[in-house]
Amino acid sequence: MILDAKIPSGPIEQKWTNYKGHCKLVNPANKRKLEIIVVGTGLAGASAAASLGELGYKVKAFCFQDSPRRAHSIAAQGGINAAKNYQNDGDSTFRLFYDTIKGGDYRSREGNVYRLAENSANIIDQCVAQGVPFAREYGGVLSNRSFGGVQVQRTFYAAGQTGQQLLIGAYQALERQVALGNVKMYARHEMQELVIIDGKARGIIARDLVTGKLERHFGHAVLLCSGGYGNVFYLSTNAMGSNVTAAWKAHKNGALMGNPCFTQIHPTCIPVSGDHQSKLTLMSESLRNDGRIWVPKQKGDTRKPNLIPEDERDYYLERRYPAFGNLVPRDVASRAAKERCDEGYGVGSSKQAVYLDLFDAFDRYGHTEAVKKGIDNPTKEQIRALGAEVIKEKYGNLFDMYEKITGENPYEVPMRIYPAVHYTMGGLWVDYELMTTIKGLYALGEANFSDHGANRLGASALMQGLSDGYFIIPYTIGNYLADEIYNKPISTDHEAFAQAEKKVQERLESLLSINGTQPVENFHRRLGKIMWDKCGMARNANGLQQAIQEIQQLKKEFWTDVKVPGGLHELNPELDKAGRVADFIELGELMCIDALHRNESCGGHFREEYQTPDGEALRDDVNFMYVAAWEYKGEHQWELHKEPLQYDVIKPTQRNYK
Amino acid sequence: MEHYTMNLNLKVWRQSSKEAKGSFKMYRVENISSEMSFLEMFDVLNEQLIKAGEDPIAFDHDCREGICGMCSMYINGKPHGPWQANTTCQLHMRAFKNEDTIVVEPWRANAFPVIKDLVVDRSAFDRIIQAGGYISVNTGNAVDGNAILIDKDDADKAFAAAMCIGCGACVAACKNSSAMLFVSAKVSHLALLPQGHPERHTRVLNMIAQMDKEGFGACTNTGACEAACPKEISLTNIARLNSEYIAASLVAEK
Amino acid sequence: MTWKQAFTSSVGKKLVMGLTGIFLILFLIVHAGLNACIWANDGGVMFNRAAHFMGSNVIPRILEIGLFLFIFIHIIQGYVLEASNRSKRKIGYAVSYGNRGSKWYSRSMAILGTILLLFFIVHWKQFWIPSRFTGIEETTLPNGIQVHNLYALMQSTFSELWVVIFYIICCISLGYHLAHGFQSAFKTIGVHNKKYQQALSSFGYGFAIVIPLIFALMPISFYFHWIN
Repeated sequence: MILDAKIPSGPIEQKWTNYKGHCKLVNPANKRKLEIIVVGTGLAGASAAASLGELGYKVKAFCFQDSPRRAHSIAAQGGINAAKNYQNDGDSTFRLFYDTIKGGDYRSREGNVYRLAENSANIIDQCVAQGVPFAREYGGVLSNRSFGGVQVQRTFYAAGQTGQQLLIGAYQALERQVALGNVKMYARHEMQELVIIDGKARGIIARDLVTGKLERHFGHAVLLCSGGYGNVFYLSTNAMGSNVTAAWKAHKNGALMGNPCFTQIHPTCIPVSGDHQSKLTLMSESLRNDGRIWVPKQKGDTRKPNLIPEDERDYYLERRYPAFGNLVPRDVASRAAKERCDEGYGVGSSKQAVYLDLFDAFDRYGHTEAVKKGIDNPTKEQIRALGAEVIKEKYGNLFDMYEKITGENPYEVPMRIYPAVHYTMGGLWVDYELMTTIKGLYALGEANFSDHGANRLGASALMQGLSDGYFIIPYTIGNYLADEIYNKPISTDHEAFAQAEKKVQERLESLLSINGTQPVENFHRRLGKIMWDKCGMARNANGLQQAIQEIQQLKKEFWTDVKVPGGLHELNPELDKAGRVADFIELGELMCIDALHRNESCGGHFREEYQTPDGEALRDDVNFMYVAAWEYKGEHQWELHKEPLQYDVIKPTQRNYK
Repeated sequence: MEHYTMNLNLKVWRQSSKEAKGSFKMYRVENISSEMSFLEMFDVLNEQLIKAGEDPIAFDHDCREGICGMCSMYINGKPHGPWQANTTCQLHMRAFKNEDTIVVEPWRANAFPVIKDLVVDRSAFDRIIQAGGYISVNTGNAVDGNAILIDKDDADKAFAAAMCIGCGACVAACKNSSAMLFVSAKVSHLALLPQGHPERHTRVLNMIAQMDKEGFGACTNTGACEAACPKEISLTNIARLNSEYIAASLVAEK
Repeated sequence: MTWKQAFTSSVGKKLVMGLTGIFLILFLIVHAGLNACIWANDGGVMFNRAAHFMGSNVIPRILEIGLFLFIFIHIIQGYVLEASNRSKRKIGYAVSYGNRGSKWYSRSMAILGTILLLFFIVHWKQFWIPSRFTGIEETTLPNGIQVHNLYALMQSTFSELWVVIFYIICCISLGYHLAHGFQSAFKTIGVHNKKYQQALSSFGYGFAIVIPLIFALMPISFYFHWIN
């Protein structure tokens, strides 16, 4: 198989413009005859379904939650990047493009990333027009803040709930299309199988999660917007229901998985408190704007953080990376925290945490406020209190969340944070048109692998999801569907639908019939531990080989000893979970295989064998400057295909944030 | 903060399907850590039930960080439990003491029928949004984000209303099962922004009509919704909705 | 949006409650002001004169028709609304939400209203029906005009203890009804400016105390012979 990314020719600034100028179009009358299935209603799915509905296609959208508004894009906190240069600080499309390529450690496609940067400005305009209440300055203009890995202020935000506001905007656009009859919404439905007819994706088998009924749905094209697979680690910042099932079914039907081992570990999450923990909660990267991260200089220091004097604190990010300080990219910040904890400087009862406090900012803002209010010679306490008010306005909801979870007041004591699995850069391999290796099957947003390379910069996930959904797929899908107007909808009585449904039915029945001794949760927890220990923030060949063995063993055990209660024809969350965990187990194996084959360190993929003398990631551009796209060949078997990455505009160098 | 463990008695509503008649059932969980979240305590209970061969309790939940709006338990007489401005998933067990009895019920309202156990059908909210909770702007129609300046105060107020997570706690708390806080949050969010002005009249009339059709009650300004709201959506939004409604009714030509 | 739709939707219905409520609030001011004439302590001359004006002048008589109309709409709509709202939750909670977030009197407007309805029936029977239809004792004002001696009627009515106690209970109900109703009515007609909302809310609580207090003091004043 030769992987053709179909990057348009021409200078990088012209590629997307040229593509749009030359791609095939579908006339409005024909659009009404074409059906499109959209799986997932996060930023990518909702924006795609809404935009395609607006164009006149007949869209069916699916989500497993009770409403499309619940999709986990909603939990994104910090913001969305856009090269608007409203701050006059030297931003441009090129600079956003450059930052993203560099942040991704030179493992993404130039063409895709440039297009993403180009679209970024339109996204902001579109969202404002939809009524997304971004933060504003007193003059009424949009406000910006800084994010990691970047030296300009280009992040647009709505307090700590940017993802929520953007998703609600897309959700409203989607519901408008539902009201107009252009989109039919299927909530509490989960895709269980992909239907392929004559080599083209032609539909899905979905399960109504309330009645348990299997349904056949036809589509001239199928869009997977089902998000990332971070839950393979059991503990992650993903929602409980986030899963890889839709993407995995596509993979097992022939779609290639690109760079599955590229996982982002977010540096600022609330640490694990015990075995009972079901998920991890992120503290927005925006805190690093005003916050300082540190550990005690003395190993195993058990003093309360407030009692450790300033000169006995090690602000290790500022020490190691003076140019970017606390705003280094996520992979760098995460590894630095792990390094300190591994060396024995960790804090808290688990010793797997570092401190993050904003007290310097309290004082800085407090002084400014005191001047504004005309208070002469303010006391230290007064300054703190004034500063606390400013902090409260900026980060109040994050501080409240921290207090609810930990029971500690971050206005008084430093927060404890630790890295946690957050985002997966890997995903279904797609070409420039976002089409997977199966014709008519597209992957958008986090579900695809395309734009973030080996590490995603903060505030770029929302940008990519919306770029894919609002501004890319409406063009690229037309290029495919223009030739589909001759094909009438295929009846769901077709043999391929019947077979796919039978496969799903049998799988579900077998899950219920095992009737072993261990709940699904046990397997998920164990898978997570294997993945986190051996395919997490740092990996090595030995550990990965072991992990592959252990996962294969776990898979056997799962299919002989899992206990799934309840029946097939009812609301049965345990059955839903069982199906998802079974897929995670298979994915876990592939992630380890991918991590093992990539004998280099880059971005979020850190192989302990490959590092610079001062512990930074050591890339091997000669041997690994490619996208690893894996083809499923049967149980435990995959074939590697390579898509070489070509850098015409940017010259890859060792990333330097010092 | 001192951590402790506790044993608890749980009285939980069980109902096998929409049509079935439900009832309360007592359960006991032991060695629950004060650091657990309320839903993690339910995970423990469910694992216990699965091992004992019983049907685990169905409940809605997803993000477990207080933003998706999916969790929906009515705990000891309060939607989302005893803490203020909080969702069930963010409620932690240090809110309870050893040997407490906790009563857990589903949201109760005709417009939110129980699907199973603690899971209710809130699709009525989606249909209310479909009736007008949006700005009709197709992708690609937008002008520059800074082309229309918006007073910061208005933008902040719009944001405060837009924070609604659509969980339905307002309906669950209201003695009239009214969805007015939910509807008013959306009406206010869009009415406060210049982009929302062209459709403000039809929006409020259609959304109210849909709310009535769904079988929610009328608002009597008791304020219970505001107190139960995990995002502290203000009752002021309801007054704003009323003024929008009056203005819309007066200018409507039919 | 037809007029009918505008007033029959859930918002429309409460708009009717709010508007009629505000009219009744205005009426209460007039009624209390008029009755306060008894404290002129002039043997009821001023009070009877004022009452005569209200009973004989055409404008108050027209307003009276409106008043009755509004009272009936307020009552009927109130009951309809209460019944409809109650029907929206067929299965109730085992543990009630109680006073968290709302006041008991905000949730009990129908009960308070029912007490007030009972009061009206008694009150009309005692004063309004005799003065309009069955007739009451006449007196002559210093200027020679013959008028109903409502003052004397009050004196005799409020000489009985049960009447006084009944009136006091009803005034307390009125106070609580107003404590919610006053500020709620203004929210209903759309006052959402925080500054005005706060001012109206404070004024509303004051109103809910002062007006019922004035009414309650009348039977008390007569019963304890504070006035002659």
